[in-house]
Parts: sequence; structure tokens; C-alpha cells
Amino acid sequence: MAAVQDIDTQDKGGLGRLLVAGLPYLWLLLFFAAPFFIIFKISLSDTAIALPPYTPVFEGFGAIGDFFSQLDFENYIFLTDDPLYVTAYLSSLRIAAISTVLLLLIGYPIALAMARAPGSIRPTLVMMVILPFWTSFLIRVYAWIGILKPDGLLTLLLHGVGLLGPEEQVQIFRTDTAVFIGIVYSYLPFMVLPLYSALEKMDNTLLEAANDLGCPPLKAFWRITFPLSLPGVIAGSMICFIPITGEFVIPDLLGGADTLMIGKTLWTEFFGNRDWPLASAVAVVLLIFLVIPIMIFQNQQKKVA
Amino acid sequence: MAKTLGPVKRKFSPWTDPSAVPFIRFENITKRFGNFVAVDNLTLDIYEREFFSLLGPSGCGKTTLMRMLAGFEEPTEGRILLQGKDIRGVPPYRRPTNMMFQSYALFPHMTVEKNVAFGLEQDKLAKGEIAARVEEMLKLVKLEDFAKRKPNQLSGGQRQRVALARSLAKRPQVLLLDEPLGALDKKLREETQFELMDIQTNLGLTFLIVTHDQEEAMTVSDRIAVMDKGVIVQVATPAEIYEAPNSRYVADFIGDINILEGTVMATDSGLGAPGAIRIECDGIQVAVDQECQAATGDKVAFAVRPEKVRISPDQPADTSINAVHGEVWDIGYLGDFSVFIVKLDDGRVVRAAQANVSRLVDRPITFGDMVWLTWPLDAGLVLTR
Amino acid sequence: MKSSRFDVTVLTLGFAFLYIPIVILIVYSFNASRLVTVWGGFSLQWYQTMWSNQGLMDAAWVTARVGVLSASVGTVLGTMAALALVRYGRFPGRMIFSGMIYAPLVMPEVITGLSMLLLFVALGVDRGFWTVVIAHTTFTMCYVAIVVQSRLLTFDRSLEEAALDLGCPPVKTFFRITLPLIFPAVIAGWMLAFTLSLDDLVIASFTTGPGATTLPIKIYSQVRLGVTPEINAICTILIALVTIGVIIASISTKRTELRRLQDEHLALRTPA
Repeated sequence: MAAVQDIDTQDKGGLGRLLVAGLPYLWLLLFFAAPFFIIFKISLSDTAIALPPYTPVFEGFGAIGDFFSQLDFENYIFLTDDPLYVTAYLSSLRIAAISTVLLLLIGYPIALAMARAPGSIRPTLVMMVILPFWTSFLIRVYAWIGILKPDGLLTLLLHGVGLLGPEEQVQIFRTDTAVFIGIVYSYLPFMVLPLYSALEKMDNTLLEAANDLGCPPLKAFWRITFPLSLPGVIAGSMICFIPITGEFVIPDLLGGADTLMIGKTLWTEFFGNRDWPLASAVAVVLLIFLVIPIMIFQNQQKKVA
Repeated sequence: MAKTLGPVKRKFSPWTDPSAVPFIRFENITKRFGNFVAVDNLTLDIYEREFFSLLGPSGCGKTTLMRMLAGFEEPTEGRILLQGKDIRGVPPYRRPTNMMFQSYALFPHMTVEKNVAFGLEQDKLAKGEIAARVEEMLKLVKLEDFAKRKPNQLSGGQRQRVALARSLAKRPQVLLLDEPLGALDKKLREETQFELMDIQTNLGLTFLIVTHDQEEAMTVSDRIAVMDKGVIVQVATPAEIYEAPNSRYVADFIGDINILEGTVMATDSGLGAPGAIRIECDGIQVAVDQECQAATGDKVAFAVRPEKVRISPDQPADTSINAVHGEVWDIGYLGDFSVFIVKLDDGRVVRAAQANVSRLVDRPITFGDMVWLTWPLDAGLVLTR
Repeated sequence: MKSSRFDVTVLTLGFAFLYIPIVILIVYSFNASRLVTVWGGFSLQWYQTMWSNQGLMDAAWVTARVGVLSASVGTVLGTMAALALVRYGRFPGRMIFSGMIYAPLVMPEVITGLSMLLLFVALGVDRGFWTVVIAHTTFTMCYVAIVVQSRLLTFDRSLEEAALDLGCPPVKTFFRITLPLIFPAVIAGWMLAFTLSLDDLVIASFTTGPGATTLPIKIYSQVRLGVTPEINAICTILIALVTIGVIIASISTKRTELRRLQDEHLALRTPA
């Protein structure tokens, strides 16, 4: 028990310690935390045709009163006024929620099968799950375009087996279905790995004990395996749900004009309309939606560490 | 029992010499981790060339005490003097102590040779000198042939010896051993205990060993400190600890002992020896030859080791004192000894051990026999704590 | 537990789902026809077009430099962060610190990208190569911190204590003992950081400026115009590079594993 004490006593000088903790700390404060205050501030500004394209620009502390008086919630009011944004938020949350459930349904059996595989091939299976993740996200989404296009490979395949008439085409590309396929495909490793690590840690004798006590295998799964894998379920769900909500690439490349996702809206406001304050407001509201899931995720990670 | 090893051990008892200066002194040491008091106002002297054991169950503060001497922890209160100098604030890498870790802590990415040389390299010794010292150390622990191996290519016993060689290489003034033999099997452990004693005597070093194994402490030590909940209960030589424990805790912790709770009926009961004391333990009359602080009416414990209890089917001449009657409940055959567990008429249990001097088949006493247990006046002890 | 037929079926389907699109992508990069759905015979022409596409090659070079720089700085910072998290116990602001390590892992990229861009604008920094490097360093260091942290949590502290005890000062102990032993995790962290940097479209799009177009940005702008076999070719090369990297890594771990087994054998055979 004494071995876990920190060694602060002999490193009183602490200069090295200060450097080791301080450098990454300052870096993250400057480049990760500070930007959130800026984004919040700019979301309260007005659009201007200038560079940077917003006013007021912070000009020293003398003008601080002036500066604050020009800030307002106009952009947020606009967000609630235009049904486009409300719909986009709701649609994002809906797509993220459905995708997460789909990922769980597909990922859990895979993770379980991996955990039950012979110990010798498990590392290989894990590597096979990770390998697609090491290849570009963009490439993987792009690969699906070729498959799902109306004149793509899926149509070709279905023609070949005669499930589809010669004049018919698969109408998946540029629909929500294509977005779901793309999301499930891209995020599957993120769901499988936390599930696997939770399931793999599990002591096999627990199930043997359950069987020995008269609990049939299927019931033992629900009474023993599943409850014990819940940390993995939560971790995997959060790791998928949060980024999917703000996903841009997949709805942009696979979704249709009516696929509304807030990541895409933000991108359009920023790059298309050059409305930086509105884009910032969109981001701030999205962040507010995600605060609770992010906190759940952080808590989960802390428990693991 | 003991092998014939070099010169006969000299008589060594600096702690009885009031003019002797302690080599290490723990002075009113308290160590707290948050609310937990690991070491509680502890004072202890250790002398040069002493082989000293800290003995106690896990969590009694013995490891913390050692880690404070090594410099991995600082005492919350009190001070540690090494050769009269307060070593507070001296980092572990500047202390003249070296430690042998329980896990051995061998650097897995270095060969045996490099591990042993590591400490010497820190002192910036010349290359040739380092090589010579490493060779000497490996010879000492009989691992000359394994110099180029990595720790994971060694057996448990070999790793233990590399750890020993590494911690001895710098010729530390004090060697700290944290459960050094815990990971070895019994036979190897016993062999190694004697090797350790040899090395300690030959190099003339001070050894401080932390262990929870009382047999190990008894075998190797000049003195033992028995610890419990952050305090030292008794410091004495192994023989004193065994024969004259100062409390129920020590008596119970070291070896096997029968303890009967009772009340002092009379002191100097005239049974021949001065200072003799007479106790009644719920109907059992006990007399002990012992100088004792207890007064008539005190609640005390009477303790007697099983090997000092005589077992016999025959009724002794005098059954009024130091004699009990009961039925043999169980017999533990230990090879050299047999332990008889005797259930007294009132349900209490007393154990008696008998050396198996004759063959098993000749053992006359068996399960269910009614027997008498007796012990002489100087066999037992009165424990007031 | 035995592997049932159910498990085998699940794994087969799962891996088919994961790999078939990638395999198709690779196969069609060798298609002679421009039409993705028509197989016009084997050809390397798209690799030639790709090679002679100066814009694509420039973007690849920018991406490689961004990747190496941000992964390296990110690995140093991430390793420091992991040390601070595991070793320094409670220090003021630890909660915020660990929050800032975990949050970027799940933060939607559009938010991270936009917020960084606004920071650079507020600071008056010209956007370009270096701003992308900084942005990538920021999110990759968090991944490195997680990877190294999990290694440090299982690290036997008595090894460091032994070094200190033998007279080795703390900083030297770190470089002689700790770093060599956690190095595989540090390398794994670097590789992860490098891949993430290679992969990133969104954050790079926000933080880049003139003359610093990365490969994903280039690929994205071409993909929006439609599927071309040229893109398949560059994707195939990227996949090949990553696969080779992963295979080398796995062979080296296999060899270490084999050596470990041999060592154990040796230890068992020699008498104590």
C-alpha cells in the first residue's frame, strides 16, 4: 500500500514537475479551452463584410464598455426563429441516436464473438478491427459512394442476381439510409473496441458458476455478461454518439439535400455564407446539447483510469 | 540445525551497552497518509553491524518505516538520524542506504551485469573498477555465468540474488531488505537465509529487513522489532521474543502458544522461587516462577508454549497446580513433532507438543484418550498486556 | 467458452462489412475504364495520372510534413501530460486538465476546427501550414496521452525507486529507466497521432490557409466533383502504406513475444 504514494517529497525543487505538467496544460488551455470563450464571444457579435468578418473587434481595454454594449443574443434568437436550425439539431440528435443503437446491435455480437474466440487468435481479430480505422476516414466514406450510386456496384450486383429489374436502380445514395450505412461503417471500430475490452476482461468462470447454479446460457448472458459489460456499452455509445451528432463528412458525401445535420449546417454557414457569428452560435448550441454526454464519457473514462 | 559456516558467531549485543552510539535512530517518528496513521510516534535504535528485523502483519507500518529510511517517504513528525546526522530532505539518490525490493525491481531492459553496475555508474567510478566490482558481486551470489542474461531469462531464485548483488554493489552503510525472500519456495528460502547471514557477517554491514514471516525473522536477526498498528510492541533478541514475550500480541504472533485468561490470586506464593505468582484461570490453578509487576486481583493471561507442556495418560502426583485433565481431540503429526489438541472438561482447548523421538507406531496416546497435561513452574509466563 | 457457429458467422459478416468496400476501392484503382462500374481491364494509368498531378503531390507532401511535425510535438506533449496525470497525484486544476485531455477525443470536429480558427484570427496569426500543425498537435496529443497513460498505470514504480535508491537522480532515472520501458507505448502513440493527422479533413479545412492544402482537403474537393479512379489510386497507396506499417508493427510484437517465450524457457531450464 505504501508503494502508491507519490514521490513529491524528493522532488521539492519541482521545476521539472512544473514543466512536465505545465507545458501540456498551457498548450491545452491556449489551443483547446480558450477558443471556446472566443467562439462564445463571437456568437454574440454581428456579421460584417470585413476581415475578420464580424464586429465588434476587441480593441484594447479602454473600449471595453463599448465592446460589451455591442454584443447581443441576436444570433441565438435567429437560430430559434428559423425552423431550419431547430430541425437540423433535432435531426442530428435523431440520426446520432439511431446510429448509436444500430452500432450497438451490430457491434455487440462482433465484440462478444471476439471475446469468446480462442485466446491465440484474439490479438489478430483486434488488429483486423483496428486496421480499417488506420485507413483514412474520408477514403472509407468515399468507397461507399461507388457502391451506393444509382449506377454503382450494388445496383450491378442486384441486377446480376436478378433481384432488381434491368431498368431499376438502387435509390440509396443521397438518402438518410446512405448516411446510416456510412456512419455505422465508419464508427464500428469505435463501438466494438470498448465493448470487446469490457467483455474480454470478464472472468469465464462466472458463466460456469451461473450454469452450475442452474442458470441456462441465454439467461446467464442477460443476468451476468450484459450487466458486466455495461461500462463498455456506455463508453462505446458515448464515443460514437457525441462525434456523430456533429458529423460533417458523411452527411455531406452520402446524404441528400434533405438530410439535415447540424455539422453540415455549421460548415455551410461558415464556408458558404461566411456568417462566422451565426456559425459560432450554432457551435455553442451544439456544445450545450453535448455537455451531458461528454460528462458521462469523462466520468466513465475516469473510472477506467 | 545450523550448518558449520566459517568462524563461530561472536557475541554481539551493543544494545546492552549504554555508551554505544546507535547507527540509525528513529526519533518520535509519525507518518500519516491522509487520516491513516501508518507509524505512530515510534522511537527505535539500530546499531552498526546489526541484522535487524521489522516483523509484523501487513499494514503494521514496517514497510513505511523502511521507506522513510530509504528516502521514499518523509516522516510527518520526528526525525531520522543516520550516524548522528538528521537525514530529512536528503533525496534517496544521495542516501548511503540501498534497498532490495520485494519485487526485486530488476531493470528488464538491462543484463544482469548492467543491473549490478547501475549503481556504480551513478557514482562515476572508473570502468575497470566497475567491472571488477560487478564480477566480485556476481561471484558473491554465485551468478558469474549469468552476467549476460536479461532478468526474464532467470529463475526466481536467481533474480533474487541479482537484486541482492545490485543492492550490495555500492557497499551501502545500511542494506534495506523488503520481504526479500517472500517469492521463494520454502527450501530455497531457508538456504538463502543462511547465505544472507553469511554475507552480512563477512561484509560487516548493517542489515534492516522487513518481513511478516516470523521464522525468517527468528533465523536471521540479531534483534527483532515486533510491530502492530504503527507502534513497536517489543524489541528484543529472537530468544527473548520467543521465551519472554511482553504481551499477548507478541506471544500469539511468534510461534504457537496456549493462552489462558485469569486473575492473580497471590504473589510470592512460597512455592520455592522468589517472586513466584499464583493465578486462577477459571478453575485451573497456575503457579509461575517469574518476576512480575502484577498485583493480587489483576486480570492477566497465563501463557505456555505447547512444547513445554507434558502430556501423559497417567495422573501426576500433584493435580492441584499446573495440571489439567482432558480428552485428546485431535493430533497433528508434523514429522519432527506431534501436536496434541486436548479438550478440557469445561470445553477449553490446550495444545501440547511432543518430539517424536520414537517411531510412529510406538506412539501411545491416540484420539479419545483421557490425558493429563502438566508443566513446570518455570515453563509459563504471566502476560499483563 | 467455446466459439460457436454463431460466433464464426458474426465475425465473418462483420469483417466482410468492414473490408469489402476497401477491397472494391483497391480493385477499381486498377481499372482501365474511367467508369467506376465498368471493368475495362487491368491498368496502371490512374497511378500515372496521379503521379503527374502536381496539386495532388504537393498536397501529399504538405500532409506528410504536417503529420510528422504534429505527431512528434504531440507525442512529447502527450507523454508529459500522461506523466502528470498518472504521477502527480492531486494538483491544482487536475480536474480541468484531465477534462481537456478527454474532451477532444469526442468533440465534434466542426466545433474544434471552428474554435481554433477563431483563436488564430483573434490572435492575428496568418493561417497556413503552422496553424494546421498546431491544431493537429492539440488533438493528437490527447490520444497520445491516453495511450501512454494506460501504459504508465501498469508500470512498476519500484523500478524507478530502485534507480533512485542506487543514486540515479530523478531526471536521469526517467531517461534511463522509465522512457525505455514505456517506449513501445510512446511509439504507438506517435503512429496513432500521425495517422489521425493524415486522416483529418475538417479541422485542417478550418485552420489551413493559402498554400497549405492537405491531402484530405484535396481528395475531398475532387470527391465532391464525382468518383474518379485517380482518387482510388491515391487511396490505395495510402492503404498500402498503412497496411505495411501495421504489418511491420505486428511482426515486431510477434518477435518480441517469441523472444519472451524463449526467455521463459531458458529461465525454467536453468537451476536456481
